[in-house]
Amino acid sequence: MKISVNGRKRSYTGPAFKRLIDVLREDFGLTGTKEGCGEGECGACTVLLDGRPVASCLIPVEHAEGRKIETVESLAPGKALNPLQKSFLEEAASQCGICTPGVLLTAWSWVRAGGSADRQAIRRHLSGNLCRCTGYQSIVDAVVKTIKRRIR
Amino acid sequence: MARIAVGFAFGAIKKIQFDPCCPWKDAVVADTKDIPGENCVATIEADQPLLAPGRVMHPMEPILLVAHPDRNKVWQAARHVQITYEERDPVLTIEESLARKQLLRGTDNVFKEYLIERGSVKDGFLEAAHIVEGEYRTPPQEHAYIEPNGMAAWVEENGAIVVAGSMQCPYYVQKALKRIFPGRNIRVIQAVTGGAFGGKEDYPSMLAGHVALLALKSRKPVKMLYDRSEDMAATTKRHPSIVRHRTGLTKDGRLTAQDIDIVFDGGAYITLSPVVLSRGTLHATGPYACPNVRVRSRAVATNTPPNGAFRGFGAPQTLFAVEAHWEKIAQETGLDPLKLRRRNLVKEGSVMATGQVLKESVSASEALERCVARASYEAARLSHASVNRKPGPVWKGMGLALVHHGPGFTGSGEVMLASRAAVALNRDGMVSVLAATTEMGQGEATVLTQIVAETLGLDMSLVRVETPDTAKVPNSGPTVASRTTMIIGNILMKASLKLKDKVAKELGAFPTTAKGLKAAGRKLCAKGPLHFEEEYQKPPEIVWNEAAYKGDAYGVYGYEAIIVDLSVDRLTYEVKVDRVFTSTDVGRAIHPDLVRGQIAGGTVQGLGWALTENAVFSRGSMANSQFTNYVIPTFADAPAMDLDIIENPYPRGPYGAKGIGELPHNAPAPAVVAAVRQATGLLITELPVLPEKICHGMLMKKGRTS
Repeated sequence: MKISVNGRKRSYTGPAFKRLIDVLREDFGLTGTKEGCGEGECGACTVLLDGRPVASCLIPVEHAEGRKIETVESLAPGKALNPLQKSFLEEAASQCGICTPGVLLTAWSWVRAGGSADRQAIRRHLSGNLCRCTGYQSIVDAVVKTIKRRIR
Repeated sequence: MARIAVGFAFGAIKKIQFDPCCPWKDAVVADTKDIPGENCVATIEADQPLLAPGRVMHPMEPILLVAHPDRNKVWQAARHVQITYEERDPVLTIEESLARKQLLRGTDNVFKEYLIERGSVKDGFLEAAHIVEGEYRTPPQEHAYIEPNGMAAWVEENGAIVVAGSMQCPYYVQKALKRIFPGRNIRVIQAVTGGAFGGKEDYPSMLAGHVALLALKSRKPVKMLYDRSEDMAATTKRHPSIVRHRTGLTKDGRLTAQDIDIVFDGGAYITLSPVVLSRGTLHATGPYACPNVRVRSRAVATNTPPNGAFRGFGAPQTLFAVEAHWEKIAQETGLDPLKLRRRNLVKEGSVMATGQVLKESVSASEALERCVARASYEAARLSHASVNRKPGPVWKGMGLALVHHGPGFTGSGEVMLASRAAVALNRDGMVSVLAATTEMGQGEATVLTQIVAETLGLDMSLVRVETPDTAKVPNSGPTVASRTTMIIGNILMKASLKLKDKVAKELGAFPTTAKGLKAAGRKLCAKGPLHFEEEYQKPPEIVWNEAAYKGDAYGVYGYEAIIVDLSVDRLTYEVKVDRVFTSTDVGRAIHPDLVRGQIAGGTVQGLGWALTENAVFSRGSMANSQFTNYVIPTFADAPAMDLDIIENPYPRGPYGAKGIGELPHNAPAPAVVAAVRQATGLLITELPVLPEKICHGMLMKKGRTS
């Protein structure tokens, strides 16, 4: 089957029900996507499917056929960081980093879609991504900062 | 690979059968007979077996190990093992253990006990105008790091066993493996570690033993990754506790006696319980000066997986009790909880229960007053009281807590560890930091780089932290106990000064540019890096008597005040934390962003323990070992936080720094209980404060008044 991953057409020939996260990591070598729980609760494995955040541990790869997948690797294809990643660095919004790829993608889906800088709205949008290190505030700060910069 | 457990809490293994319909030839199975050395996972004692030796003491105890080249088939194979067993009636609670329902350990099920006595509590109670008693209970808490435990092992051609994985303490793992595989060269490498909070302190030694045993038997690399459910069910938790207080006070609220009894549930094996209990015992009085104190503590055995290290290491349990007890005292005496703390908090010159005189960097009062001012505590409490008198959707409550935490190992722990760390100038002109302390998100690599760069007068880009690998770095002890910045930072500072002196002696001055360092590297490191290693030196004025359990339990303490502002839904009794204020003394914030990261993260973990994290145990097993039903705070639950850093330098810490990692977890839970009391009038003495408990309390209250 054909899947678009980070703007590149990839072909996959394995079992149709293999989890998307395993295809990304094992077949395509995209290990930026992390597994935290395997049951869609923690959001660490979040990728964007046609622009919307989904838990890649719950999606059989065949559901991605012919669709557009974005993983964390797509945020900074070259040397320059994505503006959201830059704000994460400045606000110390990542500690151990395991939740970070998923959090970045969920937050990026909000920022890219022109989401508001309202902190409660950002928290609601991100509430499917668990982080055990930061207490969340620094992540919300980083998202708000990115949005304010874009507006300016 | 997989580990096989039977799921019953206590009893004997009678027979193990391998279903012949399974193609066993592709799998590798290891049991106790494959262990070349001792069947133990050595921590403080060596009572925990690597594989159950004919009997199990808890439901997640590993019996067999299975490896298979195909990850999916390993589980199929595991399902084809039949274990016949004889189950005995297990000991599942602290009460059952104390009642000696079964003898699991010695003659009384007690792993360890401590007693601290200062003055005479008898005299203190005679002097008291008020005597208040209370009992406080805390549940187990799961670390819920987002990366589960995982480990890989392989055997090198020369017979050496190499283990790499997620861990806090490479040398702990090495020490444990040496007893399992005597005579073999053991190398342990930390892989990038996705959060730990104490959860990867002792358990990785078990996992490492398992992968190494299978790697040795199969002669192939073996990897084992726990899935979330297995990780939650099998690995350690925060010790559940029961703490009883009997407190004497004068009419105006001055402490005359604190009589405290502590029991921790250690689980099936002793593992780290003695040291967790020790820290809990030493923090049990809170940051208060009382002339007459008795603290008696015990850790007992039950048929549940061993409880272990978790951020705070026993202190959150006992500080919850002493802080929540102020609310009980306020309830019974009518005295104000803020005034009670002001009257009794420790100051410079105060004497702790062990006889320790607090000489410096004592910030209990400053933390309390700054926090009270930032939160407008007294005005907000008045305003909440008026809201609560009128109809509305929520009751409002504001509560405070004041806590302390001793960074570094307890008592003579640091002396016994004798940690070592080194810096080296390399031929390429880079300065290396060589330490076995690990980065797990807390910022260890950044802070140690800063300390070394600052001491040498270098840009941070010229310093690199080497991977913790027992073949490359000295034994710096474990990455635990809020000790890394303060203890290892200090050792590295000393080593850096020696490197600086040596280079300056050779070249006239220590170069501070990349170009200058490169030239120095070429000139001085032809035969290898210029390497300076230092060992921990105890400051002579810090004196601890382990046998008498008296003296300077910790070199210094950090202090934090917290104020929690919350709402309780009048219909559903759900608690929503609206705002949190913290004022925290860290000595010196080497990296303020990272310090705030520790405070914010620890605070939200503490709020989770206080409110939603309800580990349910059934027959000794965690029944809700999933994120679906073990509920940690989300983005939507976590409050806005006002984080105020106080810098009251500690002269013996690097640049004045004290440890910060654990302190923030000590404070939130009792402040939640205090706030819920203002909101509802109920004093909930057992965590977590679930809506069901508030509902029950409100119904009882109604029943009483109507």
